Amino acid sequence: MSVLLTRRRLVTGGALGAGALLAGCDRAIEVPAVRKILFTGEDMQRGLHRALTDRGALAREFSAAEVSPIFRSNGTRDPGTPAYAAMAAGGFASWRLAVTGLVNRPLSLSLAQLRSMPARTQITRHDCVEGWSAIGKWTGPMLGNVLKLADIRRDARYIVFRCADSIGGHRYYESIDLIDAFHPQTILAWGMNDAPLDVAHGAPVRLRVERQLGYKHAKYVMGIEAVASLAGIGQGKGGFWEDWVDYDWYAGI
Amino acid sequence: MSSLAEPTHAPPPGRSVHRHRLATRLWHWVNAIAVFIMIGSGLGISNAHPRLYWGQYGANFDTAWLELPRWPGWLTIPGHYDLALSRRWHLFFALVMAFALLAFMIASLVNRHFQRDLRVRRADVTPRHLWGDLKAHLTFRFHDPERPGAYNTLQKLSYVLAIFVLIPLLILTGLALSPGMDAAWPWLTELFGGRQSARSIHFIAMALLSGFVIVHLALVILAGPMNELRSMITGWWRVPGDAA
Repeated sequence: MSVLLTRRRLVTGGALGAGALLAGCDRAIEVPAVRKILFTGEDMQRGLHRALTDRGALAREFSAAEVSPIFRSNGTRDPGTPAYAAMAAGGFASWRLAVTGLVNRPLSLSLAQLRSMPARTQITRHDCVEGWSAIGKWTGPMLGNVLKLADIRRDARYIVFRCADSIGGHRYYESIDLIDAFHPQTILAWGMNDAPLDVAHGAPVRLRVERQLGYKHAKYVMGIEAVASLAGIGQGKGGFWEDWVDYDWYAGI
Repeated sequence: MSSLAEPTHAPPPGRSVHRHRLATRLWHWVNAIAVFIMIGSGLGISNAHPRLYWGQYGANFDTAWLELPRWPGWLTIPGHYDLALSRRWHLFFALVMAFALLAFMIASLVNRHFQRDLRVRRADVTPRHLWGDLKAHLTFRFHDPERPGAYNTLQKLSYVLAIFVLIPLLILTGLALSPGMDAAWPWLTELFGGRQSARSIHFIAMALLSGFVIVHLALVILAGPMNELRSMITGWWRVPGDAA
């Protein structure tokens, strides 16, 4: 039967075609131009977000009853270096937060100084790039206040966070723009769920930049640097995951 | 240009009718590619955390209502585990799928494709008519000889489900997964009962759309694949004889 034959050929052809298309996607992404086009998705998504949404919108805050029973830790669970272990053993008394770069008044803040600053407490949802979510309560000063204290200069465009941990031999870092840096929910959290931040979650201080995915929330923050450009830092893409694993710098999606 | 013949002027078997307009054909193929890539890359993303939850939060220590299998490489884009690249594919083609649907919807309102061909009339959904349609499907008769160019009722309902329910639901639940959108449009996340519920619904809608694709392809093959394929490429469709 010729009709049957045609059908059989079509089904086989269709299945082969689908397989070829799947394999073709892997082949296509090797072509630099295709890769470049595909990676413009991030710019388009960011552009749409910025055009269509309020950049000052607040992430939803939850009630104490809605906090996750167990907030899983992820990424580095302990930087594991002798220097960090020594700091942790001393209750982070020797830890200093360096605020440097394009600021008129560079700072070196102790944990006690940071804790004495007016703090914001927020119960927010943490969304991992992998797909899971956990709700936790975070306490710490607004990053914007720290930047004002350092008298940030007008030519600064990004804030870079230098961390104590490394992954695969590369020092963890992250960066955000100044609008996110001065967002009221962007805090340097030293407290989590009414206790001092523990090692697994980034002690002594981690960034909370609500409205972006988990990997932007740098843990084990050692230094904050105001810069005009991300070029020349790491591989120049603005963060460890952005540099080495092709995650989007704009992690609002 | 008789796109859909009136019952009184039914075209005889063997004659060709112009069945699909350019906007329909263009969207069909752009959407087919987008859906294919969205499912492949979405399954790749699923492998990063193959557990589904209801509510606002959900992670390893919480109760998952569904533990998904690890999707094999021949189903995912890319063909090996790479969350970053799966996301690049997914978030680029999300825009293609969403804006193509928007353009198709506007075009189909203007050229009256929706009103003419997809409108479900009261008479279409009476139990008696649906039963008759089902029986016709089971005997592989897909076309009303009186109006061969028209979609049958089950076909119409499945297209309406895909175009007006499943794909929009996938877009909206997808948006609700974005922490940036959640802050900007909190009502959207709440509409689905929280981000993890939105993620579950996103997955369920994908499964249903995959089911649609499989049934759609099977019926294209049963209805006469060459004729159906040609009509979706050139627009011209041959009115089948008694057999088909």
